[in-house]
Amino acid sequence: MKDAFGTPQSLLVLGGTSEIGLATARRLITRRTRTVWLAGRPSPALESAAAGLRELGADVRTVAFDALDTDAHEASLGKVFAEGDIDMVLLAFGVLGDQSRDENEPGAAALIAQTNYTGAVSSGLVCARALQTQGHGSLVVLSSVAGERARRANFIYGSSKAGLDAFAQGLGDALHGTGVHVMVVRPGFVRSRMTAGLPEAPLATTPEAVALAIETGLRRRSETVWVPGALRVVMSALRHVPRAVFRRLPV
Amino acid sequence: MFLTKRPHKDDTVDRMPADTVPVTGWGRTAPTAARLVRPRSYEETLAAVRECGARGGIARGLGRAYGDAAQNAGGAVFDMTGLDRVHAIDADGGTVLCDAGVSLHRLMEVLLPLGWFVPVTPGTRYVTVGGAIGADIHGKNHHGSGSFARHVLSFELLTADGGIRMVHRGTPLFDATAGGMGLTGVILTATVRLQPVETSLMSVDTERATDLDDLMARLTATDHRYRYSVAWIDLLARGASMGRSVLTRGDHAPLEALPGRARRAPLEFRPGRLPAAPAFVPEGLLGRTTVGLFNEFWYRRAPRARTGELQRISTFFHPLDGVPHWNRVYGRGGFVQYQFAVGHGEEDALRRIVHLISQHRCPSFLAVLKRFGEGDPGWLSFPVPGWTLALDIPANLPGLGGFLDGLDEEVAAAGGRVYLAKDSRLRPELLAGMYPRLADFRALRAELDPAGVFTSDLSRRLAL
Repeated sequence: MKDAFGTPQSLLVLGGTSEIGLATARRLITRRTRTVWLAGRPSPALESAAAGLRELGADVRTVAFDALDTDAHEASLGKVFAEGDIDMVLLAFGVLGDQSRDENEPGAAALIAQTNYTGAVSSGLVCARALQTQGHGSLVVLSSVAGERARRANFIYGSSKAGLDAFAQGLGDALHGTGVHVMVVRPGFVRSRMTAGLPEAPLATTPEAVALAIETGLRRRSETVWVPGALRVVMSALRHVPRAVFRRLPV
Repeated sequence: MFLTKRPHKDDTVDRMPADTVPVTGWGRTAPTAARLVRPRSYEETLAAVRECGARGGIARGLGRAYGDAAQNAGGAVFDMTGLDRVHAIDADGGTVLCDAGVSLHRLMEVLLPLGWFVPVTPGTRYVTVGGAIGADIHGKNHHGSGSFARHVLSFELLTADGGIRMVHRGTPLFDATAGGMGLTGVILTATVRLQPVETSLMSVDTERATDLDDLMARLTATDHRYRYSVAWIDLLARGASMGRSVLTRGDHAPLEALPGRARRAPLEFRPGRLPAAPAFVPEGLLGRTTVGLFNEFWYRRAPRARTGELQRISTFFHPLDGVPHWNRVYGRGGFVQYQFAVGHGEEDALRRIVHLISQHRCPSFLAVLKRFGEGDPGWLSFPVPGWTLALDIPANLPGLGGFLDGLDEEVAAAGGRVYLAKDSRLRPELLAGMYPRLADFRALRAELDPAGVFTSDLSRRLAL
């Protein structure tokens, strides 16, 4: 069960090697979390991530999960919920792709959409139903500022996150009053493996900062969290910039 | 799929009202959804327990437990306030037999005109008899009279097997249920021994204590002279005035203490009520500044020493009951009440904790300190002979979780404990050290309720 500050005792991370996911798990383990499930494609990286969390004193297990294999979501995630209540699900998987290459390879672009959006819809619904049955829990969805307004430089990734963001908002409204809390997290540029080698955007942040924002959001039972918080103001201004101007902005 | 199921219109005639709703404790933190069932008879209670499903059920009274004790995510919560009959009063011997859903407020209305008072009352009259036993509540008279269950002669308990047992004091099931947070079964009725009174007024002595040591010295020296005793403590005061307090102690006023006019209706019970707190209160209204000012005012307002002041029962025992829904003043984020007890001889630990709280600047305007008397036989009963401190803190105070974890460590190291009826955040690992009879409690539950029919968010969180 979550405590009065929204801190979970058990955590399921979808995308078990995600840097933000693991930073969040580390942070929550220092608070209350004792049971962690890392869901991801079986790999040495997943096992070493699990071993890293075990060192912090948590009971960590891994479960085979592939965002693209939507037919298997029900079975693989159902197994996790059958073992006991999950207080928090962190939907952390996602791929960034390479915009300039993907524009010429529709198949690769479609895979990004399938991973970030279709896979999240399927696994999100499976988790939402399980959380509703147990009558409590938080579903934390990692969206992105890129989904707030599509940019020339990364609209394939951005559009997939825009779909995910809209899905998570609607799901949160559908689950209102069921004891299940859905929180959409919109980080800006996060310094991580995913963005290694890319030019850093203004207001760049770190996986640890996102983890802290998630912990605070859980305490406040927030529905939307921006990381850093200043992005909320920046994006609400950018959203209203006319297309002709926005297109020319160096963002 | 996500629609909450509401009872069909035609169902309401012969079926119990049941609805899936978010449920919280009095502190309004950590809401979880449960099917709220309101049985109106023992048969309906039995049916509710039989039909509660895989995630079990838990009895709930008036919802005054601050944390998650009367919540059950995904399962059933039995609202017992529908069972509200007072069955029999022995006006000569001073006992009452009533349903578990009867509130102490109702008992006062019924009993005071007959010259009897409840044996123990907490800071609110709006608790049920069942809840009073389940949390084994204490009041300002604990140093002399002990906790509520000490005055309970017997109760009827609906257990997980569907049987109804008459449970008498001195038996293991009685001691497991007193303070057992509803996890042994559903209490249906109870027989409670009462306290005789001549009037419905209190004769109250008020004095100020300039700091924590002064307070403890006064309580130790003269508490035995008073039936009721409590101190309001200013936890924002620092330095030399750390722990400055206002002591209010007293007893039921004898008839001859009343002025002429009041003597005509000495047992009248008329608690006043103010308008309810608004449904929406902005967060952070009770910050350090406002609470600091309030505490300063409260301390200065109190007389340095005053004796024999006549107060109404509601003024002396239940000042907050005057404002319905006062728990809303903390805003949407809710609040946490932290109450712990440490034994005699652990005054240094108490001093250290009060120091930590005042250094942390917790905006707490409802902190009370009390000297406990002998402990009570309930296995998970909270009071231990020594000191208890209770404080309210807004839950959205940054860093509060870690800070309270630190206090837990101090309490545990001093051999103390936190109160489960108030708790919403204790680390489960610390529980066994705080409650030495926890293993017995778990063993009895495993035998009495192997399938875990009686389950609450509290029991899940702390693995009770």
